[in-house]
Amino acid sequence: MSDVKLNLTSSEGTVLDRYPELVKVDEREGYQGLLVEAGKLLELLKFLRDELGYDHLTSLTGVDYFPEQYMEVVYHLFKSTGGEILEIKVQIPREKPVVPSVYDLYPGANFQEREAWDLLGIRFEGHPDLKRILMWEGFEGHPLQKDWQEVYYGDQVKPYEDRWPEGKPAKIELKNPYKENIRYPDGFNPETWIPEGDELLFTGYSPLVQGEKIETEQLVVNLGPQHPSTHGVFRMVATLEGETVVDLEPVMGYLHRNHEKIGEKNTYAMNMPYTDRLDYFCSMSNNFGYAITVEKLLGEKYQPPERAEYIRVIMAELTRVLNHFMAIGFFLNDLGAYFTPALYTIKERELILDIFEAVAGSRMMCNYFRFGGVVRDLPEGMEEHIRKLVYDRLPRQIDEMDRYLVENEIVVSRSQGVGILTPEQAISLSAVGPVLRASGVPYDIRRADPYSIYDRFDFDVAVRYHGDVYDRFLIRYDEIRQSIRILQQAIDDIPQGEILAGKPAYKFRMPVGEAYGRVEGPKGELGYYVVSDGTDNPFRYHVRAPSFINLTGLRQMSLGEKVADLVAILGSIDIVLGEVDR
Amino acid sequence: MKGQGILKGLGVTLKHLIETYTEDIKAGKDRYYTEAGVRSRMTTDTKGIFTVNYPEERLPVAENFRYVPFLIYEEEEGENVPRCTACGICSKVCPSQCIWITRAEDPETGKPLKTPAEFAIDIDLCMNCGYCAEYCPFDAIKMDHDYELATYERMDANVHLMDRLLKPVSYYAGIRPVSYAFEQAAKEAEAAAKAERRGGRDRG
Repeated sequence: MSDVKLNLTSSEGTVLDRYPELVKVDEREGYQGLLVEAGKLLELLKFLRDELGYDHLTSLTGVDYFPEQYMEVVYHLFKSTGGEILEIKVQIPREKPVVPSVYDLYPGANFQEREAWDLLGIRFEGHPDLKRILMWEGFEGHPLQKDWQEVYYGDQVKPYEDRWPEGKPAKIELKNPYKENIRYPDGFNPETWIPEGDELLFTGYSPLVQGEKIETEQLVVNLGPQHPSTHGVFRMVATLEGETVVDLEPVMGYLHRNHEKIGEKNTYAMNMPYTDRLDYFCSMSNNFGYAITVEKLLGEKYQPPERAEYIRVIMAELTRVLNHFMAIGFFLNDLGAYFTPALYTIKERELILDIFEAVAGSRMMCNYFRFGGVVRDLPEGMEEHIRKLVYDRLPRQIDEMDRYLVENEIVVSRSQGVGILTPEQAISLSAVGPVLRASGVPYDIRRADPYSIYDRFDFDVAVRYHGDVYDRFLIRYDEIRQSIRILQQAIDDIPQGEILAGKPAYKFRMPVGEAYGRVEGPKGELGYYVVSDGTDNPFRYHVRAPSFINLTGLRQMSLGEKVADLVAILGSIDIVLGEVDR
Repeated sequence: MKGQGILKGLGVTLKHLIETYTEDIKAGKDRYYTEAGVRSRMTTDTKGIFTVNYPEERLPVAENFRYVPFLIYEEEEGENVPRCTACGICSKVCPSQCIWITRAEDPETGKPLKTPAEFAIDIDLCMNCGYCAEYCPFDAIKMDHDYELATYERMDANVHLMDRLLKPVSYYAGIRPVSYAFEQAAKEAEAAAKAERRGGRDRG
């Protein structure tokens, strides 16, 4: 017991010393964190939040330990002042998976608890609105449960047996024809089904509450799912009183493909190109997060060599620059500036995509990172090209965009004082990335809990203090400037040498255990939670998607605003539906 | 003064407009519909209009650019011999499982041969990740540069079989000269090392 205790973080030690009966250390091999009983969860979290300062619940997910017949809810918390992640777990019987909801302590758990209910069937008692979020109403079962199967499936895991040595090509849709590829619960008929609680979401107009002073009715407006301002298929159900938003609910899942179930069928290496497709603007950062998570599982041997670390940082920062350029451009598009600003920013992005194409082979689906390094070295002349870009062109262009837009009176009057999120709200709603930092919380994982080689670079954490749409717009300029600073240092210091630890491999001897890895993606904290049972395929693969969880704060930002501002507010969060819906 | 911000911004737009014309005049006819012109628009100090008029103009693809895979064959004594040994590694690493391989068998003994009888790639499933080319131990499967694959019909046309997949080494050397030279050098070095080892054994 004593040697186990030595590995504890100071917070875990404090909890154990203060409340020895409340928690126990997770002693399974390869696991970390604290185990708590479901009944004592709220007591523990309250203590952690109020006395130890763990005010940010960043990730909440579940694992279905089917062979052992229990489920586990995993909470990852951090202090908004910096430091390591604290992991809390609750184990519950599989036949009755119920845990108390932490919604009252951490309102940011809202969507994540709904997601865990939707995909794993874990009930959160006390959640105000526990309904499906990614799958549709009338879907049978909870797809991430280990015994849930699709109507048609190949083998349980990849690689499929029928591909080699006697492979005969066959189109899957012939084996799994349209309309027969779905299973409904008993007694459910999609043709005659009328949604009950959600009725007003679909009818569009409903006399909800009579106004107190004058006879008035509230109007429900659906923005989306097909609407240019929603950046994809995403719907905002806004309840309006006149033009003022009195309630808003985001509806998502239209692009849901169950990335996590696919991830559990894949081998570890196969997941890398799938992560490209999460936030498809930032495939390099997605790769980065997944690579460092699996490297945590694999251990010391897979620490990337120096040159690979620099290449990784360069690629991740270029991704941030291009993502923020896009965010700026399309935010202006949302404000009604049409395409001129967007095209100016796309121009800069295009030059960065040329680099990605030359280095990784693809402009958007880069698939460039490998466990222990990157797939190939920079081609000849590339360092010089990047140097010209980051020393000359990008600083000039960001200044030009600054001149172009920042003082524009229309931008200012449309966005200043709109969609405010206070620092307290931002933290409690689990906001991350630019959304959190624009609300005055200087939290950046590159500084707060450094990974890779970010501790070597000299840069500032961008922060703005008003928490309105304008600040969320401006902070992207600040972050581009800081990224350019990092890029300049990285391109100056990059050493020669190896780019991959060990030989290229597609199969790994994966130790049993779990790992939570996170990177500061352009949209915020991108986390991966991977559980290995020692086989070639991950037992559990969860993505903590920043866009998805940042949307938790959308309602808070929108209350009391005008309906026309909703578009600006959504644009300022900067979501990508590939990541929201997964 | 109210409106100053807008005017400043409009100045930027005006600058872009003027630059387009000055660049056009400076570069003359070479700026459009020539490869040099397209390349000049890809440099870091490019100004003016940025767009490429596809399909009259095409962006040159980088050597590492990857699109659906193809198989390489060697021309030996007038016969086309695929490099593929039907080891199945590509179909095992493929994330979307879009590669089907039937291994050839000796018609008399029924023993498996080191060559594929059939090889199929469903490009509807292929996600162009490049794993097959990356992990092939024989450099037999590589990623192509041809990205114009639209067809009118997808069920058969998009399942590429051997006849469509096989391309000569010279084609590969043409689209990826650097990789090809690197691989050839590695092969020659390996052959030389082998010869030396054999020579050593003979002497010993």
